[in-house]
Amino acid sequence: MFGYFIRRLLLLIPVFLVMSAVVFAIVHLVPGDPIDNMLQIGSSPERRAELTAKFGLDRPLVVQYGVWLDRVFHGDLGDAIILKQPVVSLILANLPHSLALGGLALAFSASVGIAIGALATFFRDSWFDRSVMTIILMGATVPNFWLGLLMILVFAVELGWFPVSGARSADALVLPVLTVGLGGVALIARVTRAAMLETARQDFVFMLHAKGLSKRQIYLGHVLRHALLPVVTILGLKIGWVVGGAVTIEYVFARPGLGSLLISALNQRDYPIIQGCLLMLGIAVMLGTLVGDLAQAAMDPRIRDGMR
Amino acid sequence: MAALTALRSAIASPRGAPSAAILALAVTAAIAAPWLAPYPYAAQNLAGAVMEPSAAHLLGTDEFGRDLLSRIIYGARVSLGVAVTSISLSVMIGLVLGAVAGYLGGWVDRVLMAVADVTWSFPEILIALVLIAILGPGLSSAGIAITIGYLAQFARLTRSQIIALKRETYVEAAVSIGSGHMHVLARHLIPNALTPVIVAGMLAVGDAIILEATLGFFGLGAQPPLPSWGALMSSGVAQIYLAPWVILFPGLAIAVTVIAINLFGDALIDALAIRNRLKER
Repeated sequence: MFGYFIRRLLLLIPVFLVMSAVVFAIVHLVPGDPIDNMLQIGSSPERRAELTAKFGLDRPLVVQYGVWLDRVFHGDLGDAIILKQPVVSLILANLPHSLALGGLALAFSASVGIAIGALATFFRDSWFDRSVMTIILMGATVPNFWLGLLMILVFAVELGWFPVSGARSADALVLPVLTVGLGGVALIARVTRAAMLETARQDFVFMLHAKGLSKRQIYLGHVLRHALLPVVTILGLKIGWVVGGAVTIEYVFARPGLGSLLISALNQRDYPIIQGCLLMLGIAVMLGTLVGDLAQAAMDPRIRDGMR
Repeated sequence: MAALTALRSAIASPRGAPSAAILALAVTAAIAAPWLAPYPYAAQNLAGAVMEPSAAHLLGTDEFGRDLLSRIIYGARVSLGVAVTSISLSVMIGLVLGAVAGYLGGWVDRVLMAVADVTWSFPEILIALVLIAILGPGLSSAGIAITIGYLAQFARLTRSQIIALKRETYVEAAVSIGSGHMHVLARHLIPNALTPVIVAGMLAVGDAIILEATLGFFGLGAQPPLPSWGALMSSGVAQIYLAPWVILFPGLAIAVTVIAINLFGDALIDALAIRNRLKER
């Protein structure tokens, strides 16, 4: 396990370098010259050269990337153009909101999804199984942000149970968590059900039936346990999807968070914020995938011994 | 032709028939928008702003008094147009990259698949936002973002098909009589790998409609006054108390279309009997 852990950690380095290089490159790929925007009309070529040298834009791109990366590691993501604050402090102010939303949504979709999937398998082909699976098929195809808007319409505007938007109180989290989580519930319930049905066909389950164990003992104690491996795999693979969902839903509910920050920065073309947010979201996806892989390896020795 | 027979039996199947009808309706709306829409999509009438659905405006009006039904019909043109065009491009590029990777193997394969694996782990919306950061908001940026966001999926699927097909006897026969790489790829491998990739592409159109709608909702896709289903809702958020229909109907158009695409795709997969080929190895 330790060897696998180290190998998996080392794998993060190239992924991080590629990801951060893409984020770094955004500013250089944007049409137009940043120095042109800073110069006043009628500025001399000397002034232009001076500014270019000041920001290090006359150096090779690789060197600029190195300098930028060094600053990132020292917690310096530059200053926001419009908000005129250090990007790091903006991110730190918004990060807890995103973490709360993402974490709760993940916990919600994992627990409810596994429970629904297991119940649907246990009562296979009953009306419960069929209706749950139909709802799930529908739920997975509805746009996430529209679901959020519907939730606002029904539970906030019509019924008045929860705040429409913002993050002033804890109950403002309920609708966003449900919205982000429901898509995950659909996916996880489907995977759990498929994995359990597959496991239920195996010889050892036949053996358990022959031993006279009750259906409940077999399904909860054995089939579900074996079926959890693909579920964890999907959770790990799709962790990025929680990040993506949180980005969308924060904006819908006008909640503070990295997603809202990123989208307003994109609309205002505030590049330091865009870069900072994308870097943070990218790191979140990388770490999420890492945790998923490690959990999978902890559960299945074949993975950590490199048999797959 | 086998594909045509499968298409026919998918349309005749219980899941395929209603979804095919819905898709035909959406495509008709997209193509014939100028003739079907009761009003021009950008015609403002501030005196009739935020009107409830009525006989004159079947789905009501938005904050500028524009007819919502007309905007949804024109929106079909924008939303479906962008989704279909970008996914078609994505399928074509993915097909070539995946075929080259799967056929050549070696370092070409490893590099291409490493890139595909890295992009695979990031959600499409994040990849799309990176590209929009570079290209600036707009419909064509959204289209390019969709094309690139789904590329890895098609490249991986094609690659796994090609690797499986490479071992077939008829391919070995073609190689042994001295056919060149290009000939084997273009004549034997790609045509036989095509069906699952095209079906996966069709299903991805549904995802792409949602992605485009999300970007449009953020104000990063279609720019006003051009209507796309997502952009329509973007302006509706401010009026959520006054005019919930501005959010309800475009979302319904998206949901119904995407569900129809998924159901029809599913029926097509059964008709073609390629369910296990769509699973990646």
